[in-house]
Amino acid sequence: MVLKVFFPSCCSSAESGILIGRWISEQNSAVILAVVHFPFIPAQVKQYLSEVQQVTKVNVSVLGSWSNSKQEKEESLSKFLEDLGTIFAHEPWIQISKEGDSKFWNCSTLQKHSNNPKEEEIILVYYDQRKVMLSHLHPPLDTAPSTDHTSDDASKLSAVFDTVARSKVLFMTDRYDDGPIKLTHWQSDGVEASIIVELLKQAAVPACMLLTFLLSLIAGVCRSRVLKVWPLSFLWSKLSTCEQLGHRLQHLQLISSNKKAQTQAQLMRKANIFVSLLIDVALGILLMSWLYRKNRIGHLADALIPVADHVAEELQDLLQWLMGAPAGLKMNRALDQVLGRFFLYHIHLWISYIHLLSPFIEMILWYVGLSACLGLTVALCILSDIIALLTFHIYCFYVYGARLYCLKIYGLSSLWRLFRGKKWNVLRQRVDSCSYDLDQLFIGTLLFTILLFLLPTTALYYLVFTLLRLLVVIVQGLIHLLVDLIDSLPLYSIILRLCRSYRLA
Amino acid sequence: MEERRYRSASGAPIALRCRQHSASCRELAVRCPRLQLRSLSAVTSAVWLAAYGLFVLSENSMVLSAAIFITLIGLIIYLHFVKIDQESLLVIGSLGIQVTSSYASGKESTTFIEMSQVKDVVINEAIYMQKVIYYLCILLQDPGDPQAVSEVVPLFQSSMPRLDCLIEVYKSCQEILEHRKTVPQSS
Repeated sequence: MVLKVFFPSCCSSAESGILIGRWISEQNSAVILAVVHFPFIPAQVKQYLSEVQQVTKVNVSVLGSWSNSKQEKEESLSKFLEDLGTIFAHEPWIQISKEGDSKFWNCSTLQKHSNNPKEEEIILVYYDQRKVMLSHLHPPLDTAPSTDHTSDDASKLSAVFDTVARSKVLFMTDRYDDGPIKLTHWQSDGVEASIIVELLKQAAVPACMLLTFLLSLIAGVCRSRVLKVWPLSFLWSKLSTCEQLGHRLQHLQLISSNKKAQTQAQLMRKANIFVSLLIDVALGILLMSWLYRKNRIGHLADALIPVADHVAEELQDLLQWLMGAPAGLKMNRALDQVLGRFFLYHIHLWISYIHLLSPFIEMILWYVGLSACLGLTVALCILSDIIALLTFHIYCFYVYGARLYCLKIYGLSSLWRLFRGKKWNVLRQRVDSCSYDLDQLFIGTLLFTILLFLLPTTALYYLVFTLLRLLVVIVQGLIHLLVDLIDSLPLYSIILRLCRSYRLA
Repeated sequence: MEERRYRSASGAPIALRCRQHSASCRELAVRCPRLQLRSLSAVTSAVWLAAYGLFVLSENSMVLSAAIFITLIGLIIYLHFVKIDQESLLVIGSLGIQVTSSYASGKESTTFIEMSQVKDVVINEAIYMQKVIYYLCILLQDPGDPQAVSEVVPLFQSSMPRLDCLIEVYKSCQEILEHRKTVPQSS
């Protein structure tokens, strides 16, 4: 069968030595992890390998020899390397050699106890050790192989990725360490680390503890009984700002928790939440700095009252139109006037209420605008709540119109059944026939006619106010969509995919 | 390593190059027809004539510069994301099959399929409008269920070679794939 040798590209310029790695016998492949240079003591090499094996649980052993001679091929060196095969018994003993500046390599195997002396084919695969170590192709280790089939099921190459990824501790020693063993691997010129990352790691632990403590305080306050009294709890549930703040609190608690992420999915989730929070707060502060410059809050507060007045005037015009002959339809004059006057009075009440609040609007807006530093999502939620509060009268009209219409339809359907001589059986949840008295039939038919002819008026009011409410709901829905987008977009994964795509399988 | 000329399904000339690296490793590359100068000039002239017509109607010179930008950016996007120069198939027995597409701008996109997932390489027929087209595809299997075909990966989608070229490629692939059936897999 074909022998596959996976050789790291960083070792191609290494000095001569012996190859250490893992031999996967069921796939007939050898994954080479590093090259151990001369001089070494075989006993120390074996001890080191057993230590590494204990820590990483990877079956690391000596696989063969590597010779990179600058001059012509030396016979004594090759004999010496063959003799090494007797000290570190491994079957088959792989010999890779490269001469001088030649582009071609020589790869052969020594089989001592082989049945067939036939030359077997060798495939040498060059791999980039750093990228293979970082890419997450290896399967999760939690799924322990329960049956024999799982070893066949798992992809063959994932064993290679798994081997390199689990041997991280082997790559931690570089050539500046004073040990008995001199290795060459991708980090042997100096362990890769960044000062900023190390500093952040050191600073992260106390910061996380402080954050957890603060968050537990805030969560305790929020959960206290004082805030759960009935009117307040109803208010909190209606305001989307509170919901968003609670959501973000949960996120913060997830990030600042002490336990490390168990699986890759949890790690990515934490990273995504962290990046999303950062971007949110950055955008919020940007918005705040734009808003508080040049007294924009003042302009906004000044513009708010005229806008509310304008909306109220438009509504009044609409009601006057409905009270006349809207779109050429003829309304029932009495009902029309009653409904129209009722809604007009409601608008009048609302406008006086807004005018009462007008001196305080600027101050309220100023302090509320400060909360934009908690994040752009919070600012958008506050905007949505302000819109909801300003258009509260439209919501009220919608409720009145809908309630009236609903009652009318209910009455109409019940009387229509009476008209046909049927009745709704509540017990059996079906329509049954029923014999009514004459006076019942008479009054029922009369009421039915009245309700039927009043239907267009009510239906028109219902339609108009439903459309208005729909408009407001659409605007609020768009704002909430934007908030959800910022909350749940996995920015970290997207950036990782664009910049370091080998880390995402 | 010779290059043979064939025709694609739409009649354009394509070339097949077959390299044998070793007994169990073969590379088959199909070179697609190049971007024709006449189609490029036709599209460019059409866009610019339309822009000039708009300019005459609207008297706004931004239309002309916008047309130039659109043509340039469109050409770059076409060369980088759409126009495939060469499609190649690298079959390494006992390791896997690698499918590479190289675009006109130099970008290369590769897909590697492990040998344990490859069930077979076959030529399929497809009826497209009034034509019958042959295409080469790799049948993938789930390693847990060797009987079922889990996925079909079509090859040479842009060059669309005709049956004679496909038969050459098919024969080369089957020679290598046969070995893995004759040699027992695990010890």
